[in-house]
Amino acid sequence: MFRSTTLRLLLLLGCALVAQPAAARTVTDSAGRVVELPERIETVFASGPPASILVYVVKPEVLTGWPRALRPEEAPYIAEPYRDLPETGRLTGRGGDANLERVLQIEPDLIIDFGSVRDTYIDLADRVQRQTGIPYLLIDGRFEATPAALRLVGEVLGVPERAETLARDVEQTFARVDEILAATPESERPTVYLARGPDGLETGLKGSINTEIIERAGGRNVADPGDGRRGLVRASIEQVMVADPEIIVTWDSHFYQRAQLDPLWAGIEAVRTDRVYLAPTVPFGWIDRPPSLNRLMGLRWMAGLLYPDAWDEALREDARAFYQLYYHVDLADAELDRLLEWSKGRPPE
Amino acid sequence: MIGRAPGVRVSLVLALGLIVAALSVGALAIGPFALSPAETMVALFGGGEEQAQVVVQNIRLPRVAAALLVGAALAAAGASYQTLFRNPLVSPDILGVSAGAGLGAVIGIFLSLPVAFIQLFAFAGGLAAVVLVTVVASAVRNTDRILALVLTGVVIGALAGAATSLLKVLADPYDQLPAITFWLLGSLASVTTTDILPALPAVLIGLVPLVLLRWRINVLSLGDDEARALGVEAGRVRFIVIAAATLITASVTALAGVVGWVGLVIPHIARMIVGPSFARLLPVSAIIGAGYLLVVDTLARTIGAVEIPLGILTAVIGAPFFIWLLASGRRGWS
Repeated sequence: MFRSTTLRLLLLLGCALVAQPAAARTVTDSAGRVVELPERIETVFASGPPASILVYVVKPEVLTGWPRALRPEEAPYIAEPYRDLPETGRLTGRGGDANLERVLQIEPDLIIDFGSVRDTYIDLADRVQRQTGIPYLLIDGRFEATPAALRLVGEVLGVPERAETLARDVEQTFARVDEILAATPESERPTVYLARGPDGLETGLKGSINTEIIERAGGRNVADPGDGRRGLVRASIEQVMVADPEIIVTWDSHFYQRAQLDPLWAGIEAVRTDRVYLAPTVPFGWIDRPPSLNRLMGLRWMAGLLYPDAWDEALREDARAFYQLYYHVDLADAELDRLLEWSKGRPPE
Repeated sequence: MIGRAPGVRVSLVLALGLIVAALSVGALAIGPFALSPAETMVALFGGGEEQAQVVVQNIRLPRVAAALLVGAALAAAGASYQTLFRNPLVSPDILGVSAGAGLGAVIGIFLSLPVAFIQLFAFAGGLAAVVLVTVVASAVRNTDRILALVLTGVVIGALAGAATSLLKVLADPYDQLPAITFWLLGSLASVTTTDILPALPAVLIGLVPLVLLRWRINVLSLGDDEARALGVEAGRVRFIVIAAATLITASVTALAGVVGWVGLVIPHIARMIVGPSFARLLPVSAIIGAGYLLVVDTLARTIGAVEIPLGILTAVIGAPFFIWLLASGRRGWS
């Protein structure tokens, strides 16, 4: 035991001595991993959809591809030069369909993963880094950690000022929501149900990454088993009726239409009072899908839905400004109209 | 035995039917929306509060009906296949019905279609898989036609499973993938009357030939040569039984998703009670299957704060029970 430890220390020391001159700088990622980085980073491989959005928002020039090629309806909402980036697949997470050799072929200066920093992902990052020799950063994807993530990535990519601007914007948004929440006791906050899936009966339990946005915007998620469990589950329509949410949010247009027509949903308060909302999904979903910076737009939208009196931002200008600041696009009026119509429940066909 | 095949014991069927009916009434009164048994009954016949009526008539009644239908159908199909193939390890998905239906539904979810189309795709997928199996198996030069069928079923099922997996990889991980996962585990959570209406006639159409041919199917369980000696044309009867059981399985799988184990375990229980004669096995399997899935679905929607997928419960209950059945060495097959 003693000998192997000494040996490892010696080895590490040796490696450090050898590596020291070549390494330009080291960065500690959200998982506490110390990663050596080249001085300038020109190309970044995003390991999955959340990371691709983070990189695109902070510094689109370095992005080497999209995990999934953009769909025609998404393209107008992405700045021109980046619409046709190649499809690269996902490196981690549930899919893992990107080929390491393809990553090597792209030869990125850095791989970024944005999301869970649990052991599985640490291990995965270490393995990919060891196998490819490409530095791999793990960045904490929790919603509350967004400003920190922006600053870290801004630092790494050499655009600290832009990252700071964005991080401040996020902090301000959080602070404004918190102000409203401070004035609204828990019991007075509206109840919200997130309807997923074609029949609207999939939902996320309170505290899940899929519903984080609801709680952050000050909604009470009705899917709360009360025992701290999380994740996606199936509900029954009877449970939804008992919970009787004041607001239903979805991004599935089939379900949105069904909720208006199906007599089973007709008795639920949100449907009766016409408070079923359809979240736009271009270029990225407003409330989730994937869970990345796109949720900031969703947070603003939901704050307006849940607290129309206290949240005085006009959605139109808010969306225009958000898409400009985050997604580098000046939306034409027609595109903006589409987004707003969408958020009122009239999805583009 | 064959010459004087015993009829169904009417009293037994009646008794089982009464038990299932009682269970159904109980299931109607159970659920997160609190209603007393009296209120449930009032609501069932159109009285009481409007909300209670909606819960009992539009939510619980279709769900109870669907559970009975799916359970009965899967158990009946399982009993038919087991008798036909003379093999106690056969279940309704042996010829790839579930795998095909699963693939059909997954394609529907992948294309983001509405629920009705997902069900239609599932139905079509289940039928297509079995058609493919029978066509391929008939082309296989093998003296044992049943073996050829079963093996082809395994192969086509595996292929459909592979295609399903491919679509899971390609699916949107934040949206479609969970929907696919839930569908493949089976659930009656969103069943409405409009979902049951197309499935019900399909199941009945499938049951009619099974009931009419019950004696011939029984003869078939003795083997092709014996059947031929007794004047039963094995090939045609087998084809009809496969078509009927497939129709039944595909329609309820389209309705409820992939629910395993019912069609395997329930016929064994029925056989323990009434013996292997198909004429008795079919109705008793169907009734027990209906009651069983009703109980399981009631558990699925009540034991947790959230729905537990049916396929999980049927496996968790069915698998250990099946082992017990095997270990206890009860009289079963012959």
